Amino acid sequence: MKINILPFSKIILFLTSFSLAAQTNVEKKLLSQFLLAENNSLIQLEEGTINLQKTLPLDGKKNIIIRGKGIDRTILNFANQTSGAEGIKITNCENIILENLTVQNAKGDLIKTMEVKGITFRKIKAEWTDGPKSTNGSYALYPVMCENVLIDSCIAIGASDAGIYVGQSKNIQVRNSKAFQNVAGIEIENSLFAEVYNNQAIGNTGGILVFDLPDLVQKKGGHVLVHDNLIQENNLPNFAPKGNIVGNVPQGTGVLILATNNVEVFNNKIINHKTIGAGIISYYMTEIPIKDKAYDPYPAGISIHDNYFERKQTRVPAKGRFGKLYRFVLKVGKTPPMIIYDGILDAKKINSSGELFPEFKICIRNNTNQSFMNIDAEHNFKNKSWDVSPYDCDFVNDKKVSQWKK
Amino acid sequence: MEKVSNVSKVNSVILGIISLFFIHSKPAIPEKLSEYHFFVGDLKNLSPREDIIPYDLNSPLFSDYASKSRFLWIPKGKQVSYNANKVLEFPEGTILIKNFFYPISESNPELGRRIIETRLLIHESAGWKAYPYIWNLEQTDATLEITGGSIPVRFKNKKNQLIDFTYEVPNINQCKGCHEVNGTMSPIGPSVRQLNKPYSYDHQQSKNQLLELKERGFLEMSEDQFIHAPKLVDYLDKNQALADRAKAYLDINCAHCHNPDGPAKNSGLNLRWNNLNIGTYGFMKSPVAAGRGSGNLKFDIVPGKPNESILYFRMNSKDPGIMMPEIGRTMVHKEGVELIRDWIREL
Repeated sequence: MKINILPFSKIILFLTSFSLAAQTNVEKKLLSQFLLAENNSLIQLEEGTINLQKTLPLDGKKNIIIRGKGIDRTILNFANQTSGAEGIKITNCENIILENLTVQNAKGDLIKTMEVKGITFRKIKAEWTDGPKSTNGSYALYPVMCENVLIDSCIAIGASDAGIYVGQSKNIQVRNSKAFQNVAGIEIENSLFAEVYNNQAIGNTGGILVFDLPDLVQKKGGHVLVHDNLIQENNLPNFAPKGNIVGNVPQGTGVLILATNNVEVFNNKIINHKTIGAGIISYYMTEIPIKDKAYDPYPAGISIHDNYFERKQTRVPAKGRFGKLYRFVLKVGKTPPMIIYDGILDAKKINSSGELFPEFKICIRNNTNQSFMNIDAEHNFKNKSWDVSPYDCDFVNDKKVSQWKK
Repeated sequence: MEKVSNVSKVNSVILGIISLFFIHSKPAIPEKLSEYHFFVGDLKNLSPREDIIPYDLNSPLFSDYASKSRFLWIPKGKQVSYNANKVLEFPEGTILIKNFFYPISESNPELGRRIIETRLLIHESAGWKAYPYIWNLEQTDATLEITGGSIPVRFKNKKNQLIDFTYEVPNINQCKGCHEVNGTMSPIGPSVRQLNKPYSYDHQQSKNQLLELKERGFLEMSEDQFIHAPKLVDYLDKNQALADRAKAYLDINCAHCHNPDGPAKNSGLNLRWNNLNIGTYGFMKSPVAAGRGSGNLKFDIVPGKPNESILYFRMNSKDPGIMMPEIGRTMVHKEGVELIRDWIREL
């Protein structure tokens, strides 16, 4: 008996240790490729799934391409991650391209790039594969403090914050990409000169968000174009952990502009949102105290024009502050406006007759199925108004005229 | 005696050549720790050569309860200027040597120890570089592992509990994850406020480390500067004021990233010892990009309420997607977490 059992258990032991070792060797080899990458080189990832336990880091390099064999053909899976919060982390680099690759299930963010000048994400799928859950990581694609950012033909699924999130960056294009089942589909935060177009944001809590938040290093964002996107049925219940700003985004939000300036939203299809089609709000709506003295909490210079709005007949979800506000205070639970503006005015941005100076105007014009409400949050919603005529203006041209006059 | 100093002279020349190599050419990094000749006799005893200076910090970084022994080597004839606030600007060629080890039993040091890794921070011409060397089980030498590693470790702690865990040796990039100032690598520990403490040097009475560096001719420091030199308390010393202990703890364990020039500057949180702005120090500060790290809490520090403070929540976690610091530990630092809890409670 004993003679038979002993070799058998030894074989098992040998096999397990072998497979574990093999696993680690693949990871170690890939890790070395990242660590030792020479400038002006290609890191080619082969077809197949690689399970990884640690972050793949790239730091201080120039002109590197990280290339797989295609979405869902080369898969980096971080489900069993034991150390480091990110899947791939790229820092202090110049001209980096990530392409043809799927990255899955990191404990924190899937791909974070910080302080990179020239970063391209092309044909990258970044996803949590177990559906929308608050235990999923925060961001799927996460360039922060970067310059010249291109996100093209990517897919982001299941982020407990934002699927495609560009923060504190400059010169940004997000195009031809898809965001599903995230809290925020695409978010541009405290970033300058961004263009978001030809994307699909479907089935998130909020479709496309353009935010400026306090207490950050890059204080002011703005100059953002959002056009030709399909923004549809972003009615997912909000599953962000509390404490995060997107936790305040009401379920059923198409486009939300928070405290940013110079944002133009046009030629989008914004369809079937239970709460807000497009919203323009100040930071005061979050009811979070502001301690940052350099922070401007008011949206300014916003233009929403030539979009197509559509909404199925359904009640605004009662959950959350917005739901209650809509149903019980504004009493528009059954037929909410497609576009809302909180109406909170900055005394520094208005003339003696209480109108916004031309460069700070809010303009709403020529949208299909347009309906609008200034909810007058400043005066406890007393003078809410469906009248869009004070906002019927051409921001881009009016601003040009006013600048010319100066 | 004569022989030892001869050997040491020869070694000093070798070290000089190695450091020249780092400065003037693309470095060929020694594969083995022994090739540097930092230590005399049995390598595992870590007995430094005469020109290798041991040092200690007032308030060290927590690294999974590892004990650390630190040494530095500065090229002869070079000097460091006194700087009250920042890490000392060591000259090119400087090598910082940090050894991480576990006693077999913390309450019974005679049983010996196991050295896990030796990290070298070398000031090359292109800036500081980090090199992790992992020790073999026989404790005869350590080998350069740029990818780091996961090492199973067992030891008995002070309460005689057996601790069995996997120690993570960082890879060369992870080193920089903490050791970064404005995008370039930098040491964290050896600042005046950390070095300002007595040390028992061999065959000598204990002496202040700053004075030792000055007497060896490496530190330019006036009498006046020495008298007014800042000093962090030891955060484990319960005789010190709670606020000073918390400040020292957060400075060494968090502020290497959470400062206006550090890798976590995007968070807007600054936990440096000399930051007097309570808003950026975290009081009632909303998190930025914390994700599930927020733990459903709204503010970094809520005075009087540790259980509502994200700082306390993240320090008390072992989940890689939540815990802070992000790397450098796999265990919770019980004593540190208790300190921060008590401090927040009494704010």
